[in-house]
This record gives sequence, structure tokens and C-alpha cells, in this order.
Amino acid sequence: MKYMDETAVLKQIKSRIRKNNIWKSVFFIATILALLALAMLIGRIISQGASFIDWDFFTNFSSRFPEKAGIKAALVGSIYLMLVVAPTSVILGVATAVYLEEYAKKNRFNDFIRANISNLAGVPSVVFGLLGLTIFVRMLGLGKSILAAGLTMSLLILPVIIVAAQEAIRTVPKEQREASYAMGATKWQTVFCVVLPAALPGILTGSILALSRAIGETAPLAVMGIPVIIHFLPDGLLSEFTALPMQIYDWAKRPQEAFQSVAAAGIIVLMIILVLMNSVAVMIRNKFQKRY
Amino acid sequence: MVQTMSNGELKIVTVAERNPYGLKEPRAKKKTSVFSARNFQLWYGEHHVLKDIQLDVKENEVTAIIGPSGCGKSTFIKSLNRMVELVPSVKTNGEIIYRGRNIFDADFAVEELRTKVGMVFQKPNPFPKSIYDNVAYGPRIHGIKNKKLLDEIVEKSLRGAAIWDEVKDRLNDHAYRLSGGQQQRLCIARCLAIEPDVILMDEPTSALDPISTLKVEELILELKKQFSIIIVTHNMQQAARISEKTAFFLNGEVVEFDRTDKIFSTPRDKRTEDYISGRFG
Repeated sequence: MKYMDETAVLKQIKSRIRKNNIWKSVFFIATILALLALAMLIGRIISQGASFIDWDFFTNFSSRFPEKAGIKAALVGSIYLMLVVAPTSVILGVATAVYLEEYAKKNRFNDFIRANISNLAGVPSVVFGLLGLTIFVRMLGLGKSILAAGLTMSLLILPVIIVAAQEAIRTVPKEQREASYAMGATKWQTVFCVVLPAALPGILTGSILALSRAIGETAPLAVMGIPVIIHFLPDGLLSEFTALPMQIYDWAKRPQEAFQSVAAAGIIVLMIILVLMNSVAVMIRNKFQKRY
Repeated sequence: MVQTMSNGELKIVTVAERNPYGLKEPRAKKKTSVFSARNFQLWYGEHHVLKDIQLDVKENEVTAIIGPSGCGKSTFIKSLNRMVELVPSVKTNGEIIYRGRNIFDADFAVEELRTKVGMVFQKPNPFPKSIYDNVAYGPRIHGIKNKKLLDEIVEKSLRGAAIWDEVKDRLNDHAYRLSGGQQQRLCIARCLAIEPDVILMDEPTSALDPISTLKVEELILELKKQFSIIIVTHNMQQAARISEKTAFFLNGEVVEFDRTDKIFSTPRDKRTEDYISGRFG
């Protein structure tokens, strides 16, 4: 006896194919809508701000006059900020991930820590701003300095880096660790010579994406009271400073129409930096394509 | 330890010429034991995997361990270099004596044990590094930095694993560009580079084609001149071809352990006979 009735199956085929096509268009439209919104946003920003971008825009400090306003302080401030954030968050993040994946025993306590690191990644950035204000700015007396803001930003992106590094470490096959241990390598040698090199592309990609988030974050800086009108370049990590998103935020809320365009110009610069960082991440990923 | 081979080359002899059962070998000299398991027991959590294992492994011999899947043979050889401890829930009892020292003693560092007891795994597992760096890995972690010395070790190890001629012109190639059989011989070279005393092999040919398998078997026969080899295998012909002693494991116990020719011609235990004649397993 046959379970499949041939005529019934044939009759059904058309409707199944139609359904297939409908779903295909649904997914396509969803993609197009998102891209369209993004393109409009970018188009508006560029048409509004492009004319304001010239050499002076990079060499001038902020100003009351839109045509004289520049992002020198903010750009240099953001670079300094990254000099603090990058090493702090990457070193702490990778070390934590190595501990959790390679050293920590499987028990309730460590499971609890693992779960909560993922939860931390979802905490709003304002909360990290309040934490930074309380601990770094006030308690440790660092003031509204690059160091205070950098440490706050590091904490903000730390969970993201930890999770990315954990995932990268987990993709290293067990057999490779075994090969290393079986030759009398210590855990540290195995981690340093086998696990980390193999996990490096994933760790770098995750770290760069996390850093580009830190460069664009405004809320924590606003909460910490990072100033926006700065007419000097930072002379050290304890110097006051301003950063790109703060500067853009300040321009965008000024009443004069022209400042909207200055803000747009700032956004273009910020966006170019982000695109560059993300392309580096993609390049790293492609260069070390998975070989397993 | 590795002794330098006179000209570093391997003479290729067919398996038949080799007298695989070792019948004519002089038995006058009593061989010393490298490993003796005494009342060795092992649990994974609640699961009693190895029960009261007694086994003596002699120097410069190939000892084969056969048995059906899940009988504990892999677990046993992984106990010999304590790799089994990578499983978190493992518990052991009893002793395994390696050249007079209990490997579970607190003052016997596991790193030291694994330097003397090398291991080749079931699936070839070279590192995602160059051929050279794969072989140099062991010496490097043991502190050898001298480039010339490393070069010599790499060459000697690759010759020892009968793969030198195939890779000598491309030592900087990525190891993953080698074929499966070459990768396995590279792993053997990597193991030789730490100059072990014993080599453990966990089904080293189960992932290889017949020709690569033959090459690895010939290599094993060559290696036993300098090393003691313990090999787990699913392939009974392989055990018969290359080993002097065979242990038959069943349900975590050693059912029979004797000279390979005896095991395969006149086994004492009924279960051994059933297994080698293919009645189960």
C-alpha cells in the first residue's frame, strides 16, 4: 500500500511553490526597507554636512560661529579615549574569557558568572555612565578626565569583548589542546601557543566591533559631565577633554540652523571612522579564514 | 630516548619479511617493564569504566590493546599519560607504575610524565601552523630556542616518522595542506620531537586509507627498535601484524593478556576466541 497519493501530491505542488515565493518576497522587502531607511539617513547627513567638511573643520576648535567651528579637540579627544579603552578592555576582556573557558571549573558559581556577563552586555550605557561618575570621577578623584571616561567606556564594552573572545576560544578544536597537553605543555603554554593564536581572528574582530561602539557612545560621557567646549588639546590622560559624539550632540542641540549642518559634518567624520574600523575587522576575518 | 640513526634513512621492508609475530626473537634477555598497572580502577562520575586492571608493558615492544567499542581501551591508554584527567568527572584508584614511579604521585609532575610518554591520536590533529612549527612545538615548549638545534630535531623527527622526503622542500607549508596519512605521520614526528620513552597510539590508522595505514604500520615496526609502543586498535589483523603482546579488553576488564601469536592461535579464554573469530564486537 502506498502512503503518498500521487494526484493529491501533484495538486499540492503549485500552492507550495506559491507559498515559497511569497515568503521569499517578504524577506526581500524586509531587507530593502532596512537598507532604504539607512540610505536615506546617510544621504541626508551627507547632503547636509558635506559642504562643511574642509581642512579648517579638522584644525579648528569648536566655536560660536558655525563656519568657524571645527572638531579638532573632539577628534584628538576621541583618539586619546581609544588609547585608554583599547588596551584596558581588550586585555581585561581576553584574560577573563581565557579564565572562564580554560581555567574555571564547571560549577554553579562559574555558570552564574558566565550568565551574568552576557546580561551585563545588555545593561544600558547610561547606567555605566552613572557608575563611572560615582567611582572614577568622584571616589577615585580622576575628574572628568580621559582616564575616567576611558575606564568607564572599557567597562561598558568589556562584556561584549568577553563574550566574543569566549566564543572565539570555544571554536578552537579540543584535539588541538589535547595535542599540546600530550607533549607535556602546561596550561599556560597551551593557551598562549595554541588556543590564542587560533582564536585571534575572532577575538580581534569582536574587539574592533566593540571599540567602534565605544567611539560612538554618547550617554556615559553626557552623564559623567564631559565638557563640550574645549579650546585646548589634552596634555595627558588626566586632562579634561571632549569626544566626537559629545561634540556632535552639542552642535545638534544648538538653535542656529547652520549648526545642524556642522553636526552633520561631524557625523560624517564619525561614520567614516566607524566604517574604517569595521572594514579592518572584516579584513582580519577574511585574512585568517577558518582553517578547520 | 631517541638514538641517532646511522644514516637517518629507513629501510623499507615488507610486512611479511618482518616476522610479525616475533617468534624468532631471542627470549633469553628478560625485558624490563615500562608500565605496570596494579589494581587500576577508573570511574567517569558513577560509571565504572576500568575494573582492576593488571597489565605489564615491556620495553621495546609493541603492545596492542583490542576489544569492542566502549570496553575502556582508549580510556586505559589515556590513563597512562593522564590525559584522561581532562575529563572533569574522572576518578581513579590503584597504581600505574612507570619505570618505578607511580604516575599519580604528587611529586611526579604530569608535564614530566607526558614528556616521556608521547601520544598519537585517532584523528590526525596537527596544529594550524607550518610543518616546521608543528614539529618544533614540543622542543620549544621544553625550552629549546637555538635555531640550529631546532632544525636538527625537526629533520631527525621527520626522518624518524618516514615523512622527511615528502616534506623537506616545503617545511614552511601549512600542515593542513598535507594529506590525512601525511598529517598522521607528521603527528608522529611531532611526538618523536620530544624524544619520548613510550609512545601511546589511540587507533592511529582508523581515519586513514589502506596505503597510509600500511605506511604507519611499517613505521611502527621501525619505531619499536627505539621506543615502547602501546597501540589501541579496532583492526585485529593490525594487532596481529605489528604487536608482540596483545591485551583483550572487555567491559573494563583485561580478559586475556599474552603474546600476540598465542592470543590469535590458542586463546585461553572463550570470550577472546569469540571476539577474534568475529562472533561479536
